[in-house]
Amino acid sequence: MTAYIIRRVIAAILLVLVVTAVTFVIFFWVPKLGGQSTTQLATQYVGKDANPQSIAAVKKNLGLDLPLYEQYWHFIKGIVMGAKYQFGPDAATCHRPCLGYSFKNHVEVWPQIKARIPITLSLAVGAAVIWVISGVAIGVVSALKRGTIFDRLSMGVALAGVSLPIFFTGMVLLGLFSYKWTIWDNVQYVPITQNPGQWAWNLILPWISLAFLYSALYARLTRAGMLETMGEDYIRTARAKGLRERTVIGKHGLRAALSPIVTIFGMDFGLLLGGAVLTESVFSFKGVGEYAVEGIQGNDLPIVLGVTLVAAVFIVVSSLVVDLLYAAIDPRVRYS
Amino acid sequence: MSTDDTSDALNKAAPEEAAPEQAVLDKDVPAEEAPATGVPAARAAVGEPVALGAPSDAFLSVRDLRIHFETDDGLVKSVDGLSFDLQRGRTLGIVGESGSGKSVTSLGIMGLHRTARARISGEVWLDGEELVSASAEHVRLLRGRKMAMIFQDPLSAMHPYYKIGSQIVEAYRVHHKVTKKVAAERAMEMLDRVGIPEPRKRFHDYPHQFSGGMRQRAMIAMSLVNNPELLIADEPTTALDVTVQAQILDLIRDLQKEFGSAVIMITHDLGVVAEVADDLLVMYAGRAAERGSAEKVFTEPQHPYTWGLLGSMPRLDRERTDRLNPVKGSPPSLINVPSGCAFHPRCPYAALNGGSSETVRPELREMAPGHVVACHLADDDRSRIWTEEIEPKL
Repeated sequence: MTAYIIRRVIAAILLVLVVTAVTFVIFFWVPKLGGQSTTQLATQYVGKDANPQSIAAVKKNLGLDLPLYEQYWHFIKGIVMGAKYQFGPDAATCHRPCLGYSFKNHVEVWPQIKARIPITLSLAVGAAVIWVISGVAIGVVSALKRGTIFDRLSMGVALAGVSLPIFFTGMVLLGLFSYKWTIWDNVQYVPITQNPGQWAWNLILPWISLAFLYSALYARLTRAGMLETMGEDYIRTARAKGLRERTVIGKHGLRAALSPIVTIFGMDFGLLLGGAVLTESVFSFKGVGEYAVEGIQGNDLPIVLGVTLVAAVFIVVSSLVVDLLYAAIDPRVRYS
Repeated sequence: MSTDDTSDALNKAAPEEAAPEQAVLDKDVPAEEAPATGVPAARAAVGEPVALGAPSDAFLSVRDLRIHFETDDGLVKSVDGLSFDLQRGRTLGIVGESGSGKSVTSLGIMGLHRTARARISGEVWLDGEELVSASAEHVRLLRGRKMAMIFQDPLSAMHPYYKIGSQIVEAYRVHHKVTKKVAAERAMEMLDRVGIPEPRKRFHDYPHQFSGGMRQRAMIAMSLVNNPELLIADEPTTALDVTVQAQILDLIRDLQKEFGSAVIMITHDLGVVAEVADDLLVMYAGRAAERGSAEKVFTEPQHPYTWGLLGSMPRLDRERTDRLNPVKGSPPSLINVPSGCAFHPRCPYAALNGGSSETVRPELREMAPGHVVACHLADDDRSRIWTEEIEPKL
């Protein structure tokens, strides 16, 4: 098991390196391949209202005229050691991990992202708890009561949930509970450290709109997994031992049915940590995803680059966690 | 101490329930005698000479068992009026092709077919207790303790996520309120008993770390951990390679001697039943085609289907130029079971019976003491075909 963990961690670190390389290629090399001159590229990093001086400064600061490998080296060095940028007489420091520097607003990207992570994390964790519990529970009951009214009804609702986009459910929830009945008249993010009660209360609507989509998906997945598992030979064996049906379902059935769900959960959760873009936008939460939207709208490429990196690292980390969890669940994985 | 309570309850219940069992046997007597004398029975559905082979001391007695499943395509009659008896310490081999109802019968005895779509009727008497009408909870408490099962493919039959040892411990602790430590000792003792080397180490391994033969040994250890009095082995050697098969059969036989259990050995491999069975039940389309002592059925088989099974058995002492004589055709659909004798579409001798094969369902009749067959063939035709056509080719 220890060897397995070490192997997976090393693989994850390598994967992060690959991720930085791919991100670098997308942001610095692909534009060049696409025929952009370094000046045009620099213009994009400057953002709107670029003047020749600032373009030249950015070109120099990012080393856009250097060979690619040197640029990549600077890029990596910046992440690990931080970077310094010169703008004529002014200098700016981008502290490590330097995931980019918004030349437009003269702010470092990472502190901005860091400040927003709690918001996205609050959204993702709360929604995840709701969707995993409700999705799995509904899925299990549906599978066990296959063909009954409960099954048909919950699978119908689940189909709706999978089909309805978050901006729709979110808007409907807001429209009903915030504007019509004013139960939540001002849905704003309140830090948990400041007021945990208010934090949870204000997050309920975003949680529900986010969890609705996912719990629908998870209910369907769980139901399918459970139906398959309960037909396995080892379930028959468990019954033949004289185990209680509760034990057969919970200990023998659910554990096996849940392992693919763990995998998918890791992916979904990692993806959300990189920004629940739609939910954050609908509820005007200043989360990581919303920051990316801001960067795109303001044509502020360093922000987009920074968020991309962070999101990618979140996915790598969560798939590492999934791999380790999976090995804990399924012993066959550890030895292969 | 729920298990102790139950066994007390069983002991108390046993004398009371012996009486109904007797009553049932008495009631069935006329129905059985009728076909034996050639007169169509008023209750033809019962159709089995119950009293003839059924002393009341039978440990397991299956009476007119029917297990039907409702499906979207129609009613599947997997088991349709099956009766047999089994004594303690004896082994009954049930043979037949896939879909003949062998496994459904065994799962039915274990009470594992109690689903919304299953229609079960008839009686299963285990040590004086009727199980078909017993509560699900009661049958659950018997399962794994009084009757246990070994499955065909030990890789899929054991849970891949749990250690071999904990699966055996679990099986023991359902029926014995002991600590995990005590149960673990018991599990290791069982692993040792079934011939797994280094049981203390192997206890902590997962099923996928075992070889096929070792896995089946572990499965047997798990089934026997509660000293069941009835052991049902459903194709226990089919998934194993030939060298291991013999070891597993020897093991089951040794353990049977040691524990004095009654064993049902379900297989499509006649070689296996020849090794271990005392009695033989040949099943076709959910019914008994022939039943008798293993020796009788092997040396003087009566049913054309049994002839076919014997003829399709590869033998080393057969001439290389001789071809096998498989049963032609394929097993019938259990939704539309052929009329009359279910075997008639595949039977080379159906034409000899003046049309009765197609219209009248044959009931079991006794050819020799304890040897019954469900076939319309006249006795002289049967013995002529056997001695002239079948026996020389086997």
